[in-house]
Amino acid sequence: METKLYTLIIYSENFAGILNQITAVFTRRQVNIESLNVCASSTPGVHKYTITCFCTEEMVVTLCKQMEKKIDVLQAHYFTDEEIFIMEACLLKISTEGLLQNPAASKAVRRHGARIVEVNPTFSIVEKKGLTEDILSLFEALNEMGIVRQFVRSGRIAVTRDCIEHLDQYLEQREMNK
Amino acid sequence: MAEKVTGAEALMLSLKNEGVTTIFGYPGGSIMPTYDALYDYTRGEKKSFEHVLVRHEQAATHAAEGFARVSGKVGVTLVTSGPGVTNTLTGVADAMMDSTPIVVIAGQVGTAVLGSDAFQEVDLVSVAQPITKWTYQIRRAEDVAWAVSRAFYIARSGRPGPVVLDFTKNAQTDLVEYKPANVDFIRSYVPSPEPKEEAIKAAAELINSAKKPMALVGQGVELGNAQEELKAFLEKADIPAGRTMLGLSALPSNHKLNMGMLGMHGSYSVNIKEQEADVIIAVGMRFSDRVTGNLSKYAKQAKIIHLDIDASEIDKNVKTTVAVVGDCKKTLPAITALLKEADHTEWKESFQPLRQQEIDRVITPATKPTSGPLLMGEVAHAVAKATNSESILVTDVGQNQLMSVRYYKFHKPRSIATSGGMGTMGYGLPAAMGATYGAPDRTVCCFMGDGGLQMMIQEFGTIMEYQIPVKMILLNNNYLGNVRQWQDMFFNHKRSFTPMVNPDFGKVAEAYNIPHRIVKDRAELQDAIQEMLNTKGAFFLEAVIKPDANVEPMTAPGRAVDEMQLNVEC
Repeated sequence: METKLYTLIIYSENFAGILNQITAVFTRRQVNIESLNVCASSTPGVHKYTITCFCTEEMVVTLCKQMEKKIDVLQAHYFTDEEIFIMEACLLKISTEGLLQNPAASKAVRRHGARIVEVNPTFSIVEKKGLTEDILSLFEALNEMGIVRQFVRSGRIAVTRDCIEHLDQYLEQREMNK
Repeated sequence: MAEKVTGAEALMLSLKNEGVTTIFGYPGGSIMPTYDALYDYTRGEKKSFEHVLVRHEQAATHAAEGFARVSGKVGVTLVTSGPGVTNTLTGVADAMMDSTPIVVIAGQVGTAVLGSDAFQEVDLVSVAQPITKWTYQIRRAEDVAWAVSRAFYIARSGRPGPVVLDFTKNAQTDLVEYKPANVDFIRSYVPSPEPKEEAIKAAAELINSAKKPMALVGQGVELGNAQEELKAFLEKADIPAGRTMLGLSALPSNHKLNMGMLGMHGSYSVNIKEQEADVIIAVGMRFSDRVTGNLSKYAKQAKIIHLDIDASEIDKNVKTTVAVVGDCKKTLPAITALLKEADHTEWKESFQPLRQQEIDRVITPATKPTSGPLLMGEVAHAVAKATNSESILVTDVGQNQLMSVRYYKFHKPRSIATSGGMGTMGYGLPAAMGATYGAPDRTVCCFMGDGGLQMMIQEFGTIMEYQIPVKMILLNNNYLGNVRQWQDMFFNHKRSFTPMVNPDFGKVAEAYNIPHRIVKDRAELQDAIQEMLNTKGAFFLEAVIKPDANVEPMTAPGRAVDEMQLNVEC
């Protein structure tokens, strides 16, 4: 079965210790988490987890079921890249001297639609938002010039292409069945 | 304004509110305020509970499991922090594997010192989360009523399971105005999903079209109290059934559609016929590897209908054709209503020659030998017969378990407590103690081996103190028998640390004032069993059995179920 990158969007109650329970599902099934973002969702009292991992569809279905089984997890869904809007961010610390000596460096920054947000005599900071491949492409371009001092990528965030928020619908239904 | 009580007393009132009658426990530092309150609630005008002081915390969870398994109620364990609660965790994991509703309440150090490696502090929430249905740390007395009510609701609803409450010392001592809580709704938790009509229809259509249908009955039927609904379902469409080890009393042994037990040491005909059935209907069972054998060769010819209350069980091991998610108390009658009456006589009769082979080559030699040492099967068979198959069977783990579940018969529901998924040695004796509290009107027979007994032999003390009427049957072969069998079969007879030098068990029982008898001769067996059953209260019967007998039949690990061997080759 084909392995690909899936993005899981999970909602839970805002209780301590749920992140542990969610990551434990991956550990138990021997799936590595590629990126993870946790934040409060637009629904009060609900936390949202955006997690990416490489696995088969069969495995991602199992992961979602095992997560939904946790008492305080509301919903767990999985998506391929085509099914969602994706955003990631990165920060690159580069040598200012290297930047000045390499005209190609500022070209690469502009070509990738990145921004230089800090410049001082020692280092400069480049910020880039976008798709994973765009961020990696910028990193590779600057790294080839040997001027990258630090590089960090955020976890992926994503929204679905649906017009409705499934979680709100689910919560409404649950309240009705109360 | 209501009078304020301590958090510990709020716990007492909350447990009373949940209808708790029996608590299995062991006191210690961090749970002392609760034991102080418990003292008042076990006597005098406030008397609400019986507390059973076990001799090891692991026994408290197994006792709670035994209580829950036979009564259908939630078993309760009360222990202290640190080693007290880590000792319970084997039982907690066991309850998770076998869907047994228990609530473990453990003391914890005060919130002010949490995380500081205080005396007897353990990070219980992190440790317990993966092996519980829910774990919660009670940090304020105000949360006691809510947390206890939520714990019981979660433990008993849907697919039952264990809940652990980590009760900090300050939450036990702080004052609170107690108001009962009755949690019966959690928005993130759907214990019993509403069955989908199209799934019900699809299942019925598939069963109606089947020529060789076969049902696999699991413990879910007992947990859902759907024994009658199961019978109606099987009888209408004339479906032969195999039962899992945990589901053995979900369908009476003498029911005409009961074909035997599933699994590695189950019935020969059932294992062979699973590979021939055209439609398999699994009801409240999880296709454990002990049932399916080699999964890649399991029932490939069959269309699979899986009825389960837990959606995560669907397609976990075996891919289903139709999944019916919901409570089998509802889904079974809904499907039955759409079934056509059928007659599968020819298919059912095809089990018989295989059954006969098993009778001739395995069952008769195991249960009715005429010479040689006593055998495990004949002791189990004789005890079942002497109790008219009405007693509750509790087993330890190993050969004693496999042989007693094979040769016991079950006529009443909720008549078996055994450690299935975890295979926990030491489970038997404390679980049997708990079972006597869960079903006080029934005889409880506990089969153990010499290995498992010694993992919990200290519980003789509990049995003595509370005069617990457990009928203990030790099948003593002076071996860790099941491992020895595997060593003989798969490790070239290298008996690596399986022979055991054992004490005089009768003298141990004697020290605890437990009536006992040792039986070596076949001629004495019936009389010894009668003495055990006629003796009021506990009895310890030691049967000295053939040292190196094997459990048969057997599907070797990695083999397909139809590669089951009637007689094992060592």
